[in-house]
Amino acid sequence: MLQNLLSPEFFNAILRATTPILFASLAASVAAKSGITNMALEGIMLFAALFGVVFSAMTGNFAGGLLLTMIAGGLIGLLLAFFVLNLKTDEILAAIAINLMATGGTVLLMLAISGDRGSSTSIASVSAPRIVIPLVDKIPFLGQILSGQNLMTYLSILAVVVMHLFLYKTPLGLKIRAVGENKNAAESVGISAKKIQYIALILSGVLASMGGYFLSGGYMNMFTKDMSAGKGYIALAASAMGGDTPIGGFLVSLLFGAAQALANMMQLTDIPHELIQMVPYLTTLVGLGIYSYAGMKRRQRLAGK
Amino acid sequence: MACLEKNIVLQMNHIMKIYSNGVVANEDVSIELEKGEIHALLGENGAGKSTLMKVLFGIESPDEGQILLNGQETTIRSPQDAISKGIGMVHQHFMLVPSLTVAENIILGVEPKKKGVFIDMEKAISVAEEIAKKYNFDIDVRAKVEEIPVGIKQKVEILKALYRGADILILDEPTAVLTPQETDELFVQLEKLRDNGHTIIFISHKLDEIKRICNRATIMRSGRSMGTYEVKDISTEDMSRLMVGRDVVLTFDKEKAKPAATLLKVRNLAVRNTQGVLKVDDLSFDLRGGEILGIAGVEGNGQSELIDSLTGLNKSYQGQITVKGTDIKGCSIKGIRDLKVAHIPEDRMVSGCAGNLNILENLFSNQYTDPEYSGKMLLKTKRIQERSNELIREYLVKCKSFRQNVGMLSGGNIQKVIVAREFSTGPDIIIANQPTRGVDVGAAEFIRRRLLEFRNAGCAVILVSADLNEVFSLSDRLAVMYKGKFSGMFTDVEAVTEEELGQYMLGLKHQADQEGVIYE
Amino acid sequence: MNSVKRFDMFRMFFSVLVALLISFVIIFFVSEEPVTAIVTLITGPLKSKRNMGDVVVAMVPLIFTGTGVCIMFSANQINLATEGGFHLGGLVAAAVVLKMGLPAGLSPIVAICMAALVGAVFCAIPAVMKIKTGSPELVSSLMINYLSLWFCTFILMHFLQDPSVGSASYKLPAESELPTLIKGTNIHAGLLVALLVAVLGYVFLYKTRTGYELRLTGENEAFARYSGINIVKVILISQMVGGVIAGMGGGVELLSPIYSRFSWVGLLGYGWDAIIICTLAKKNPLYTPLAALFLAYLRTGASIMARYTDVTLEIVQITQGIIILLVVAEQFLSGMKHRMIAKEAKASLKEEEVA
Repeated sequence: MLQNLLSPEFFNAILRATTPILFASLAASVAAKSGITNMALEGIMLFAALFGVVFSAMTGNFAGGLLLTMIAGGLIGLLLAFFVLNLKTDEILAAIAINLMATGGTVLLMLAISGDRGSSTSIASVSAPRIVIPLVDKIPFLGQILSGQNLMTYLSILAVVVMHLFLYKTPLGLKIRAVGENKNAAESVGISAKKIQYIALILSGVLASMGGYFLSGGYMNMFTKDMSAGKGYIALAASAMGGDTPIGGFLVSLLFGAAQALANMMQLTDIPHELIQMVPYLTTLVGLGIYSYAGMKRRQRLAGK
Repeated sequence: MACLEKNIVLQMNHIMKIYSNGVVANEDVSIELEKGEIHALLGENGAGKSTLMKVLFGIESPDEGQILLNGQETTIRSPQDAISKGIGMVHQHFMLVPSLTVAENIILGVEPKKKGVFIDMEKAISVAEEIAKKYNFDIDVRAKVEEIPVGIKQKVEILKALYRGADILILDEPTAVLTPQETDELFVQLEKLRDNGHTIIFISHKLDEIKRICNRATIMRSGRSMGTYEVKDISTEDMSRLMVGRDVVLTFDKEKAKPAATLLKVRNLAVRNTQGVLKVDDLSFDLRGGEILGIAGVEGNGQSELIDSLTGLNKSYQGQITVKGTDIKGCSIKGIRDLKVAHIPEDRMVSGCAGNLNILENLFSNQYTDPEYSGKMLLKTKRIQERSNELIREYLVKCKSFRQNVGMLSGGNIQKVIVAREFSTGPDIIIANQPTRGVDVGAAEFIRRRLLEFRNAGCAVILVSADLNEVFSLSDRLAVMYKGKFSGMFTDVEAVTEEELGQYMLGLKHQADQEGVIYE
Repeated sequence: MNSVKRFDMFRMFFSVLVALLISFVIIFFVSEEPVTAIVTLITGPLKSKRNMGDVVVAMVPLIFTGTGVCIMFSANQINLATEGGFHLGGLVAAAVVLKMGLPAGLSPIVAICMAALVGAVFCAIPAVMKIKTGSPELVSSLMINYLSLWFCTFILMHFLQDPSVGSASYKLPAESELPTLIKGTNIHAGLLVALLVAVLGYVFLYKTRTGYELRLTGENEAFARYSGINIVKVILISQMVGGVIAGMGGGVELLSPIYSRFSWVGLLGYGWDAIIICTLAKKNPLYTPLAALFLAYLRTGASIMARYTDVTLEIVQITQGIIILLVVAEQFLSGMKHRMIAKEAKASLKEEEVA
């Protein structure tokens, strides 16, 4: 067991398991930075998982599939933004509605397209390729971890860098952070908070859809019913615990990814698999509790000072 | 110094502003600014200073009147419009983003770019440093706003306005949050700005500060301007007389107070707010049944903190508060209410009612556990409904039925619901914080009469109010709160003049020995 | 009823109508025989006594979780643990009737009581975490729902499993099954319990001291505190009462004639359905049976449609989603509402002048 834990395969698996959570956690953080909790991540991921399969089969290549999926994800983000920002729908209830529609809508669509209601095996989708990085793959140990990952995994890590630069180094990122933290201050210097929040939610939808795409076009090679399995919710916790920053979210996602990878590996042991399935959720719950408790104590100290 | 030939940069003529709820905030206000002056806008809370400045800064549009900028008539549609016309405003509540650096806050919305995509942070920092240097502001522009003291935050706000090209700078009570040292520093800087040709509007009610730094002062009272004066030609006494005053003198036929036993004792009370600032400073007083203790004072001098401690909303105070012999330190809010203490809160919508619940539900939140209205588990709905109808009738609440949501009522009627609830328990002590604020004349009159009736029946009343008419006409004793202490205590209220009261409120006078604060 | 409430009612019906219309449009896109599908959806439940019975049976779990959520949300706690509480309730009931060997009359009663108890403890977890650590109840409740699912599956597979059928428990003893009320249908005694719970839920929220405290806290916490209410206590009680009802609902559902074994290996979604019930019922438990009837009718119609045409049952979830979106969209039809209020205000001004 211990030997397995130290093997490069395990670390490789961590990165794989981290990918969808990471995309979604980046999606959660950009929305949170603009001041909105995007719980619809779960539904967007689920939709995107199906769209990825459908679109890649339609276009015949993964890139076309990914691009169309990202557009679709952005459109769902736009829909959420319209209801929350224009029609003043409660953001949590709007998200619940979108998630419900995703649960039903994906099955409905899959059935209409493939005639199958459990999984999309009959759709000839194209997964994102695995990439062997020349030279890096020759490095002992590290090479086995870093090389040979799915393209989406590399993209997710790239996305951390891009999102960090975007949020902290560009004018738009600055505006998003300003709106989320003090809407009045932002509006007092002529920034339209609504416009900024629209942009943030669309971007959030795009990022979540990339995570969804990976589920059916990387992690697995098909869509199965309800395959997001709460990863969107886990990502919400990851983002919050990472202080809603891309890098913080990345680190916490790695932790949750490790929990998932550990769970996957424990499948080989005699521990009942139902208990193993609990590991990622339990890790999230405990992590959230500890993180919140520390935050509460810190606030109390500040107030008592 | 001040220009010999007058160079008028801004004129606001006969401004009238009526809010949609019918409150006339500005009736007929005119103000004129000369280039390169520090112009004080002086007035009590509610005199209409903020409204006038909101009109100037494009947040509110005036119903009547005109604005002339450098002689040209102009309309200011939005804050952006105001900024582009060279008007900057430093709000009392800072408009800063705490987690961003000083430089980022300054350039927010007008970021310099590099490579077309990124913020040119070096340029931003150098620009910010440059402008700070130009006006002699000693600020680390790389520091995060959340980590710098209040005084520096204010400087950042000023720089923000200057960076956007403000010629006219509005400062809304800038010294309210500053220490004396920070105030001194601010004044040095304001003088430099003035010498650089900037025009500054300085909103305040601190007369000594106005004397120190302002060239001219426009005084406002009840939505009207009382004239503009050269500061060096007007005494602080005259300023306070113009600022504090009653328009109509209210009189109540009130019987002489027959004070009974002491019901409330406060000893050496000290309260700090969440930022750690001392708001109530070693305060002691007594209150007897059958008397009304009025507490006057400019808002923010510790009145709210005092009330929160008396009613149990704030538990972290030092000193001792006893209600009818019971030390309330260990009492819950309910425990204090069980001692027959009623409380009319300062802001009725924040903690005085639940707007989405109906009148009935708002009438019993303090007494539903009374055996009259509920058993161990169930509410006695029928009895509660009867009582609601009685209260609605008795307190003249204008509504369709007790099923109407409180949020749908007018301000005056909401206040009547709150008063009905608090008074219907038959309290021994009533703590009324701004009981008639924003309430129509009829409702205000009604509430005041009720307070007197309770006092005549032997109830002890604390009345905190910004309405001088109210404190003058109702109080049996009148205390003035200034910087967390009583700066004056008057046992013969009728002998006190408004001028005198104004001087205590504004800290110009302070009684050394106060009589009638503590009985025994 | 005043005109604002009347308008809200109108808006709700209008939203439901729009949602149904959108769903019909979707059916036109995905189906080869859209007209047949829609007609079946609408008329199917009325076609036979059995179908009508199925509508009523489908109402039962919805009334339970809907009432639970009405109470939990009334305290302004966005705790979604009813889903897991319901699931656990089913498991506990199954375990009690299978393992405890209680006498026939007592067994279902004890089972349902135990289910309720476990539901209460379970739904209190997010509230306790919030009070003790400040964790947002939304996220923690989502996580424990998955924990509940896998815990239940674990117990099923390792302690209750009937090896001859795979992922299901041994057959539940026939004497523990809730009695059928109407011959030729599956309508069972659980319906009466559900209706009783809805009424008691209403009494609790609107007629008891605690319910009053709970609603005050939910509407304005600062006001509740100022009035002297113990907010921590109120939050905890509200979540436990909601949990009792959710757990009970799981127990009742499992012991109903439609299940002969415990075989829940996926979350059933009644917690999410509860949110739409609560939205339609405007947080008043008394209206949950009506909202549940609507949803159950739609469900039953959809499942009949799925049986006879090429449109799948899941269309209902889309309809539900649209209903939630429109019903809670404050600004939806707000122009119309504003005009109505203005008109009324003017009218009442005139009245005053006359008087």
